[in-house]
Amino acid sequence: MNTMSTNIQSGIDYASISRKNRSWDIIFASLGIVVLFIAISTLLALFLDLAIRGAPQWTNPDFYTSFPSRKPLEAGILSAWVGTIMVMLVTAIVAVPLGVAAGLYMEEYADKNWFTDVIEINVSNLAGVPSIVYGLLALGLFVQTFGMGETVLVAGLVLALMILPIVIVSTRESIRAIPIELREAAYGLGANQWQTMAMYMLPAAKPGIITGAIVGLSRAIGETAPIITIGALSYIAFLPPSPIGGDFPFISFEWLNSGFTVMPIQMFGWVSRPQADFQITAAAAGAVLIVMTLAMNGLAIYIRYRARKS
Amino acid sequence: MKKHLLIGAVLAGSLTAQSAYAVDTVQVDGSSTVFPVSEAMAEEFGNANRGEIRVTVGLSGTGGGFKKFCRGETDITGASRPIRPDELEQCKENGIKFLELPVAMDALSVVVSPKNDWVDYLTVEELKMMWEPEAQGKINNWNQIRDDFPDRELVLYGAGTDSGTYDYFTAAVVGKEHSSRGDFFASEDDNVLVQGVANNTNALGFFGLAYFLENTDKLKAVPISWKGKDAVEPSKETAGDGEYQPLTRPLYYYANIESVNNKDYVVKFIEFIFDENNGELVSEVGYVPLGERVRDAALRVVADRENGTAYQGSEVGVDVVETLNRKKHY
Repeated sequence: MNTMSTNIQSGIDYASISRKNRSWDIIFASLGIVVLFIAISTLLALFLDLAIRGAPQWTNPDFYTSFPSRKPLEAGILSAWVGTIMVMLVTAIVAVPLGVAAGLYMEEYADKNWFTDVIEINVSNLAGVPSIVYGLLALGLFVQTFGMGETVLVAGLVLALMILPIVIVSTRESIRAIPIELREAAYGLGANQWQTMAMYMLPAAKPGIITGAIVGLSRAIGETAPIITIGALSYIAFLPPSPIGGDFPFISFEWLNSGFTVMPIQMFGWVSRPQADFQITAAAAGAVLIVMTLAMNGLAIYIRYRARKS
Repeated sequence: MKKHLLIGAVLAGSLTAQSAYAVDTVQVDGSSTVFPVSEAMAEEFGNANRGEIRVTVGLSGTGGGFKKFCRGETDITGASRPIRPDELEQCKENGIKFLELPVAMDALSVVVSPKNDWVDYLTVEELKMMWEPEAQGKINNWNQIRDDFPDRELVLYGAGTDSGTYDYFTAAVVGKEHSSRGDFFASEDDNVLVQGVANNTNALGFFGLAYFLENTDKLKAVPISWKGKDAVEPSKETAGDGEYQPLTRPLYYYANIESVNNKDYVVKFIEFIFDENNGELVSEVGYVPLGERVRDAALRVVADRENGTAYQGSEVGVDVVETLNRKKHY
């Protein structure tokens, strides 16, 4: 007791300061857990609600292999999930190389002047542009001016434009996070700039770049507005032609020019129907869409884990 | 290097070649109200023509559908109201001629909660008192509509102002298309309106007949009296024989005449729609099938390739056969 009071008299009570700090830690940690819990339980509640309401449909294998129908419980998502995967494929093939190249250029090659500043501000701004605006752009440019039609290719391109800023920003961030020593070591060994980029910087930045790309694609998979704007179909009872054809050269790109529908559009159409059974079908489609997004995120985490290990 | 060039050429070639993907496809788009009819027809037509003719249906809305149709991008567009003069102008500019065909009848139902025990019927004048722009902020109580109604708050639900349903309801009730009070609960999703009215004893709302028929346990339809006639309750029968007026409206297909002339599969699809046996499909998705006289008149318009519209704007309480026999203007 006596020593304690001498401590207070000397002006510094270390025990009380550390106790106070520790209690702040505990408050902050519990606050963090509460926030995390709210976020996860919201997602879980949403998913469980959809899964339970949609159970009669998503547990039925026919749901995945049949086309839409006027009969609520015979309606399936075959054209929708195939369409979604095809559109996502185009989006990834266009957005990832373009975004990574742009990010690399801006971070490593471009001079720092007013011109690159303007581009940088624009890229950040584009990330915040509402998706419907991209839809209108694609309708005016791709569909009407270029006459490309309402196709898988156009949908993939508009979603690629939409997620391009996300890919660019995450590429730049992950390149910036690489220790300068790595670059210096490469130059020290006599590598030129391209060799340094391709052989050292990009592999080191890969986990971050992949994460950014998947975050972008996860945003794109649930988009309805721009896809409806460019004129995606709601009822389509056939699949786009297969990418692997019978004739030489065994690869066909006709599927790019095909009409299509995607998961969110089907769900949107079913939610507004009068028959109560369509709500079951819509809920099942929603549950499947969430699983598709989770699977994509899971894949990203796995790839990142593998990349970090090697 | 040579190998790369070859691959490039193959890629370019496959991108441009569309020949193998030339299966006959009828392209339908347009109103979300007409969509269930189009979907049902497309489904059965596809089944009947196993893979040889395909039908695709889009969901651009009546206005969006006309925009594409008048650029010549679709064969048929569904509409929940007649073509507007500005849209007609657009079609003319691009040289798109069309057939105007009814495909089904829809009855706009005025509904209240089953707990509402005071409304036995309403006249169109009383509906007008509730919905006209002047009512905003003033007509807020049921007893302002009729003296023997109770002293209860009046809560209104209606279709969103972008919909053809809203346009038709205001034309029929207020007397002026697209004009009503602004202080009501509006939603583009009719299921939201159903829930709203079902859960509020003081509420009154309107939407398509299908949404009432699917929810008869949660809603009560109000019989409507027009021009001093007896009040009529909405049903497939009263809408079918034109008794439920002025809230029965035809739903339309606009078919591109060039498509009809040059693509025999488009004609096949139109004939399929007007086939007597397929009226059942219309009924199945909650609308009222056309009677024989209407079907015959519509097929005559197709046979004569009669270009243009019979309307100068939304009309209420029309006799569909009479409009089909009118001289069209373009």
